Amino acid sequence: MAGFTYLDHAATTPMRAEAVAAMLPFLTERFANPSGSHRFARATRQAVDEARDVVAEVLGCGPGEVVFTGSGTEADNTAVLGSLAVRPGAVAVCPAAEHHAVLECVHKVDGVVVPTTATGAVDLAALAAALDALDGRPVVVSVMTVNNEVGTVNDIAAVATVVRRHAPKAVLHTDAVQAASWLDLRTITPHVDFLSLSAHKFGGPKGVGVLFARNSVAFRPLLIGGGQERERRSGTHNVAGIVALAEALRLTDVERVDEVARLRHLRDALVDGIIDALPGVRETVGRAHKVAGSAHLCIEGIENEALLYMLDEAAVCASAASACAAGAMEPSHVLAAMGVPTALAVGSLRLTLGHTTTAADVERGVEAVVAAVRRLRRPT
Amino acid sequence: MKVLVALSGGVDSSVAAAELLAAGHEVVGITMRLWGGESDTGCCSIADVDDARRVAQQLGIDHLVFNFTDDFEQHVVTPYVDAHRVGLTPNPCIECNRHIKFHRLSERADLLGFDAVATGHHATVVERDGKCWVGRGHDAAKDQSYVVHMLTGIDLARTLFPIGAMTKAQVRERAAALGLRTAAKPDSQDVCFITDHGGRAAFLGERIEFRRARVVDSEGSVVGEVPAVEMVTLGQRRGLHLPGGGPKQYVVHIDPAPTVMVGDEALLQREAMTVRDVVWVNDPPRNGAEMRVQCSAHGATTAATLTADDFGGTSCEVRWHAPQRRVAPGQSVVFYDPTDAFVLGGGIAV
Repeated sequence: MAGFTYLDHAATTPMRAEAVAAMLPFLTERFANPSGSHRFARATRQAVDEARDVVAEVLGCGPGEVVFTGSGTEADNTAVLGSLAVRPGAVAVCPAAEHHAVLECVHKVDGVVVPTTATGAVDLAALAAALDALDGRPVVVSVMTVNNEVGTVNDIAAVATVVRRHAPKAVLHTDAVQAASWLDLRTITPHVDFLSLSAHKFGGPKGVGVLFARNSVAFRPLLIGGGQERERRSGTHNVAGIVALAEALRLTDVERVDEVARLRHLRDALVDGIIDALPGVRETVGRAHKVAGSAHLCIEGIENEALLYMLDEAAVCASAASACAAGAMEPSHVLAAMGVPTALAVGSLRLTLGHTTTAADVERGVEAVVAAVRRLRRPT
Repeated sequence: MKVLVALSGGVDSSVAAAELLAAGHEVVGITMRLWGGESDTGCCSIADVDDARRVAQQLGIDHLVFNFTDDFEQHVVTPYVDAHRVGLTPNPCIECNRHIKFHRLSERADLLGFDAVATGHHATVVERDGKCWVGRGHDAAKDQSYVVHMLTGIDLARTLFPIGAMTKAQVRERAAALGLRTAAKPDSQDVCFITDHGGRAAFLGERIEFRRARVVDSEGSVVGEVPAVEMVTLGQRRGLHLPGGGPKQYVVHIDPAPTVMVGDEALLQREAMTVRDVVWVNDPPRNGAEMRVQCSAHGATTAATLTADDFGGTSCEVRWHAPQRRVAPGQSVVFYDPTDAFVLGGGIAV
């Protein structure tokens, strides 16, 4: 990444060196299948078990409640679709700003999408009303802990209170994929039945995730076959990925308090630097509602496709909304849910910080955004 | 120069990018996402974007995707549907070139600091009297000057058609020699947002409430019925389900009220034609100027004289040297110089 300014940590964050080191032996000499019956197998099985203990400790749950998956999306799909599958007549409910990994599940089963507030948080009154309207039917509710686009934190304890009051038998899932670096997951897990994580968002590798599944809560596995993960997720373990995930999560948890303070300071410098230099820029969500590493701006008079090109030219990695299958920017469903006018949403920019971000990155980020916006606003 | 090349994922634009590189330009590839709906032959299916990206990787150039779906809906799809609703025969590919490829994209390219936009059209830029004009592509069978006729001299100063002087066979040979994955890819056909299995009827049927129309002869007697007046084109002969016998009957008038009138071919013959929304490539020709006129993408040209103009507005009239069958209203009409080598301007048949 020499020469690059990477401000796209919410898309993926670089792997921690310790996580890379932890996984390497399992890509070379420690190659055995942990489900085997010989000593090499037992050794790798032990590594998976120890990784599970680490994850359970960070989540504040029992090791038996940790299911390793192939991605955050798989964890989300398993929680939502798998819970529905064992509850005949159940209805899926989620807010409109959820990640597509949840939202598409809810659309697929013709579930209920509830509105968000102007900050992108779930509208708790609307959630309560939606649950009341379902009138005792079984319900699977999914509310993300942290929004991937704008960084808004949902108060999962408050969500759980509403859900328990208005749908006592409901299953509650939270997509915590964007939360691990910023929040103490031990404060989230007790409120939910399911929780999803993805390793590459906190310094682990791509292609491995976690589903916390409360022991007492039934669901149907998405993948069936060899019966791995206590028959909750078949498929040979991604041992190297699982070991690296655990090491990355452990370090993230240990360093979290200091890192949050450090990155909050850098994020504030980034946002203030841009806003002070440019008129017509506003923060999409107030900082009090957001995680520390997220900056999201709406910039008047520009289109984000053009801005991202200019930033790319300046070797600054940033993003706007999510991309479609063809790679084109899609209009953001999150900003639409928040009621941001289309004219402003086309000028949205997401800059996200992470464990490798330095003050120099922030300085270059401010400089590049300010120069690019000035150039794009120049009359032609 | 710094050139933005539109890569559709087809062989022509792939080779266009390669030619620009060979000429020493700094090249960036762009694929436009235009249509969000169903598509099979179109230029914006995901498989085609994949091909464009892989070609860019092979050539070692950057590749971007721009989302122009809203602009496409507004400037191409909606007018296409509206035109059918009022009995016209529109040409959406030309409107896409006008509004998207050579307006929206050029504007974006300008903003991003590019010196020129290039496409894989079989057309050329020719210089006459110190001005730029759209010239015919050198492969007569593939010439696309008709569909890019709306480019003005000013636009052309910053437009490149790198394969315009090549034949299709040469383009494919060049792609094969470079090992480009699109070398043998079949040409795209027809309108990108109309699928093979559904066709125009399915597309329009979802957007327009089709109206049955009686079919009358030139005396006004009812001779049949069509299920959708919106699907009928002036000059059409087939698919009208008329009783057999007698001379061939053509659609000679469409009243979107709705009635379709049929009659002998002679009723379609015209001495002159009015063209609206005319864009001249450079200064408008004087009244009485001789020209060749082309009324379909690969049709022959016909000699005509510019007889009446309204240069304050945007309409004109051309008089045929010999009577011609009437052009379906809504079709694009393109004027070429008397030697049939380059475009003078064009517009839409009234």
